Amino acid sequence: MSNLLRSIKITIKDLLSRKGRSFLTILGIIIGVAGVIIIVSLGSGAQTLVLGQITKLGTNLVGILPGKSNEKGPPAAVFGVQVKTLLEGDVNAIKDKSKVPNVVDVALFVRGSVTVISGHESIDTSFTATDGSYPRVQNVEMEKGVFFTDEEGITGANVIVLGYDIATSLFPNGNELGQIVKIKTLGVASTSVPFRVIGVQKKLGTVAFQNQDDQVFIPFSIGQHQLLGINYVQFVRVKIDNSDNVKIAMEDIRRVLREQHHITNIDNDDFSVRDLADAIKILTSITDALRVFLGLMAGISLFVGGIGIMNIMLVTVSERTREIGLRKAIGATRKQIRDQFLLEAVILTVTGGIIGVIVGIFISYIIALGARFAGYDWSFIISPTAIILAVGLSIITGIIFGLYPAMKASKLDPIIALRYE
Amino acid sequence: MLIELKNIIKDYDNGGVITQVLRGINLSVDEGEFVAIMGPSGSGKSTLMHTIGFLDRPTSGSYYFDGEDTNNFTDDDLAHIRNKRIGFVFQSFNLLPRTTVLDNVMLPLSYSNSKKNHEARAKLALEAVGLGDRLDFMSNQISGGQKQRVAIARALVCDPKVIFADEPTGNLDSKSGRAVMNILDKLNKEGKTIILVTHDINVALHAKRIVTISDGEIISDKQISSTDRVHSKSEID
Repeated sequence: MSNLLRSIKITIKDLLSRKGRSFLTILGIIIGVAGVIIIVSLGSGAQTLVLGQITKLGTNLVGILPGKSNEKGPPAAVFGVQVKTLLEGDVNAIKDKSKVPNVVDVALFVRGSVTVISGHESIDTSFTATDGSYPRVQNVEMEKGVFFTDEEGITGANVIVLGYDIATSLFPNGNELGQIVKIKTLGVASTSVPFRVIGVQKKLGTVAFQNQDDQVFIPFSIGQHQLLGINYVQFVRVKIDNSDNVKIAMEDIRRVLREQHHITNIDNDDFSVRDLADAIKILTSITDALRVFLGLMAGISLFVGGIGIMNIMLVTVSERTREIGLRKAIGATRKQIRDQFLLEAVILTVTGGIIGVIVGIFISYIIALGARFAGYDWSFIISPTAIILAVGLSIITGIIFGLYPAMKASKLDPIIALRYE
Repeated sequence: MLIELKNIIKDYDNGGVITQVLRGINLSVDEGEFVAIMGPSGSGKSTLMHTIGFLDRPTSGSYYFDGEDTNNFTDDDLAHIRNKRIGFVFQSFNLLPRTTVLDNVMLPLSYSNSKKNHEARAKLALEAVGLGDRLDFMSNQISGGQKQRVAIARALVCDPKVIFADEPTGNLDSKSGRAVMNILDKLNKEGKTIILVTHDINVALHAKRIVTISDGEIISDKQISSTDRVHSKSEID
């Protein structure tokens, strides 16, 4: 044991006496290991962020989208395909307590792009047209004023609720309540519609990579008929009394919609009913796949780093041929020579691994700081598994790529080695 | 008998052309002898020394070392003999660069089974060559003569029976060369067997016996009396 410690000490001393080359040797390993750490950290951070945002919405929500989708994939509407099969009548049927007893509230949505004009200021944003139940379904809180009532939502009063960012950029003085803004749909040269500002939504930040504060809310019927000129619903969100009843309620909703649409074979469903558990599952599988893919890329760079180690070790062996010859002449066995060079490769890669871990943690932390600065609720996660994996991989890399040069050194003929110039 | 060579033949295969470097060498060396092997370059004297020193194996013939037939020894056995029972001194010193004098001398001990007193033993060996005050010098900070004395200390540190010196003064000025030879003389007086390879008669005359080799064969093997030594030395001086 003391012999091993002594050898480690001597090897480290020797490596330190040629710092520049030692550093270049392990640069590839540093980058590879740092890459693994950063990617795993970013993957976990992004996953936690998205999942956290989803659960914040509440786990007793069910979403209904028009169009069929299979259980695991996202529905067609996600990709911008307009499916017109979901109608207001369907929503009213779901609201019927005798058909879906666990339903508490139902909010329906259509969305589009608009320009909001206030005086000479104008801003391009998106609108969400919904009804008065929206704040109850989504647990939305108001910064100022009120959300429109059920009645305003249905009758289509010209009232508007601004997202936090829209309010602050149009009305930096904070005097928006009671002001009149004009809404113009993009593209078609339509006339603008005036709305009275009745509320500002509390700052929400970014959820699922969309800035929730960069939008306005208007009553459903105005958005649907006047701005979009359509008669279908793009999205419905249902609040269930208790998260334990979500699965039952989803079945009830499916049954109601099949009745409404006269569907007898479930394979012909023209709608998708999802709860957040499904969404979490889909998102997790996507981020997991990404993480594996990126982890593989980092693994490849670790492999390339290993080849770098092998190259330099081969150079080192040929430079130190005479030394190897001498060591053999004074009694080193093949195994001892092999172990010496193997030890050197392993010490190099372990050092590279440790530096890589430090660099990786540091960069991950900087990215986390940046993400927080950009408004994301980003958690800085370093997984111990990733550290163990990265350092373990670097040791294995050192052994694998150090073995060939070390074997080559151990097989040198001492006489030829001693004569080598 | 410490070393006994019987009909040693060594062939080298140079891309199909076989060159016989040693053609049936018979040589015995007793414990405590001081033998110089002389011969022109290409005569096979270095190959002979490598063979006796277990750096190379003969093509045929038998080699008894300290009464043991070494023909069936494994590479590891030979490494152990090189480590424990013989010591080498080379023309070009072969010290490790960027390493202290003390660490250089301790190097053979790191390949031995003994685990204790490495430093004390290395210091003792360095004192024996008169370098007890240079322990922490880097090997490239000392003169050539001192380097060779460090190399002798390194050869001594495992307390071997025999020391092989291959042109030990070849890279030294005459004064340092004499100092090195005096150390070898002293070691021989203390009982070490010394086998020296040289082409320099002045160096060879430190030995008590001169073996001359030419074309892979021993052509003369003479004991040297002390009068011979004085006589020849004065003749050359």
